Amino acid sequence: MKWNSLKAKVLLTATSLYSTVAMAGPDLGEAEQQATNWHAIIMFLIFVGFTLFITKWAAKQTQSTQDFYTAGGGISGFQNGLAIAGDYMSAASFLGISALVFSSGFDGLLYSLGFMVGWPIVLFLIAERLRNLGKYNLSDVVSFRLEEKPVRTLAAISSLVVVAFYLIAQMVGAGQLIKLLFGLNYNIAVVIVGLLMMAYVIFGGMLATTWVQIIKAVMLLSGATFMAFMVMKGVGFSFSNMFTQSIEVFSKVHDVSLTDAAKIMGPGKLAANPIDALSLGLALMFGTAGLPHILMRFFTVKDAKEARKSVVVATGFIGYFYLLTFIIGFGAILFVSNNPQFLDVAKMAVTGKLELVGGNNMAAVHLSDALGGDLFMGFISAVAFATILAVVAGLTLSGASAISHDLYANVFKKGQTTPASELRMSKIATLGLAIFAMILGILFEKQNVAFMVGLAFSVACCANFPVLVLSMFWKGLTTRGAVIGGVVGLVTAVVLIVLSKAVWVDTLKISDTPINPFNGPALFAMPLSFLCCWFFSVTDNSARAKKERAAFDAQYVRSMTGIGASGASDH
Amino acid sequence: MDQNQVEQILRNPKFQKMVKKKSTLSWTLTVIMLVLYVGFMLLVGYNKEFLMSSFSGGVTTWGIPLGLGIIVLSFLLCGVYSFIANHTLDQLSEEALKEVEAITHDKGLH
Repeated sequence: MKWNSLKAKVLLTATSLYSTVAMAGPDLGEAEQQATNWHAIIMFLIFVGFTLFITKWAAKQTQSTQDFYTAGGGISGFQNGLAIAGDYMSAASFLGISALVFSSGFDGLLYSLGFMVGWPIVLFLIAERLRNLGKYNLSDVVSFRLEEKPVRTLAAISSLVVVAFYLIAQMVGAGQLIKLLFGLNYNIAVVIVGLLMMAYVIFGGMLATTWVQIIKAVMLLSGATFMAFMVMKGVGFSFSNMFTQSIEVFSKVHDVSLTDAAKIMGPGKLAANPIDALSLGLALMFGTAGLPHILMRFFTVKDAKEARKSVVVATGFIGYFYLLTFIIGFGAILFVSNNPQFLDVAKMAVTGKLELVGGNNMAAVHLSDALGGDLFMGFISAVAFATILAVVAGLTLSGASAISHDLYANVFKKGQTTPASELRMSKIATLGLAIFAMILGILFEKQNVAFMVGLAFSVACCANFPVLVLSMFWKGLTTRGAVIGGVVGLVTAVVLIVLSKAVWVDTLKISDTPINPFNGPALFAMPLSFLCCWFFSVTDNSARAKKERAAFDAQYVRSMTGIGASGASDH
Repeated sequence: MDQNQVEQILRNPKFQKMVKKKSTLSWTLTVIMLVLYVGFMLLVGYNKEFLMSSFSGGVTTWGIPLGLGIIVLSFLLCGVYSFIANHTLDQLSEEALKEVEAITHDKGLH
């Protein structure tokens, strides 16, 4: 009887946990402040010193708007691939996914799959054409043959929505993580992250951002490789051994039967509702192909061929990384969950569940301690911080391009502006975005921001992706169709999320039952956006629409061949 | 690039061949990826028993090799695309552009 009620309680908490997780990225949650970790702080200072040195070097080479937004197009395909990987592998995917594997096995793998499968789509449909058509960002591409003012404004606004939500989630995650890893105060942590990202972007532009992302990718991949290697060494390089031992340990530490423990080898709560699972999958898959900060990276290489190479390299590293996090998660079951040093006994007495010191998202960090001692744990902590910096710098740069290149230079000033004033505006925009991110990061400290990453992917998938794809592939798309379809996708995605459980019930606490029973909007909002784009385009008989359809041929030739594409010959 | 040039490129047989090959390749691979992933997610949603069943008699379930397999396959599909694009499509497109350039150049002389 008592056991049953306890089990019910555990199940209930687990369900509520998963329902938020199911709709957003694995989040970092609220963390307790830890004792100051000097190893980590020293390694982090070395990283910061080195990257600031690079920023100083990059500042000398960043003279024009072209340099600022695209590093002058001089990044090689391989470097860009590493930088894309560095931009995409966030702390949430390193700590969050390994923690999800740690606590429920297979469900963690499901998450990484979603983040992975968008990349082939980016390669097959987007990367090369995007590079051939645009100059600085995705708004250039969608407004290529459509009317500049409305289409660019829409693209800039939906890019900014994506950037803002992603940025807030990262800032709050950063504050919690630093509090946890370094023992620093939350507000100080947020301000440090904000100031550093501002320094990278304002002074070093895309060049400094790229190198911060490359260095971070190399650090993260080598740290994770070492951990996965040590785990595999511990189980005699046999997956079968690793799974068998993990199930045994899992059964012991969670106090469940071996049969129940073996359930970590298959789908669990994450996919309890098939519609939600599918919706989440679609948002992650097509959202990746609509993320402005990722798409912007394709303009840093010299041509479509290098853009293609970037995606192949990035996909390789990202896939490798997700394989590592899977091993790391199981390693944490083997070497962390049964080690009293890492367990929060007081909390376990209250919740009746397995609790790690500092929360279950610390699984990978504790594992680094168990495998490599204090010094290695310091390294992994510093890597986690560096990871956040690299991601927020990329986000800020892309937000700044939406404000200065799209809204200021092309919409507000109608292209009648000097490169110098656009560059000045982009630096002001960076400053503004950094302050915005710091203030909201502090305001949202106690909020559950897990839904925000999900929201960012959903908006990218429902507003950016349909308009981007149709503008490149469908002759019939007109300004009217693009604007209505984009607005419908954006509004539907945001409204559905606000009315869903994660926001309506868990964050806003308006009522106990959500108005929208589904967690992810993508399955409904993306087709609706495509439909609106199509319907309002085919019924558009204006002279403007005729001109836009006629302009498709020239755009098509350029997108397929790169004739006239902006690049090294641009200046 | 003026309208005349655009039309010439569009009419060029090599360009047409390249475009046709490229779209077939892009969309085929996209559909393969979608079918694999959506198919897997449908299994996750509607046939958990299969994914929980043993893969080779041991504790490893079908879900694990299939899940990891999709990660590896995503990368392999990227490799296939890139290989074909580098070895066939780029060359075709270059030849097409050269031909078109030669024609416009000739016309300029007359």
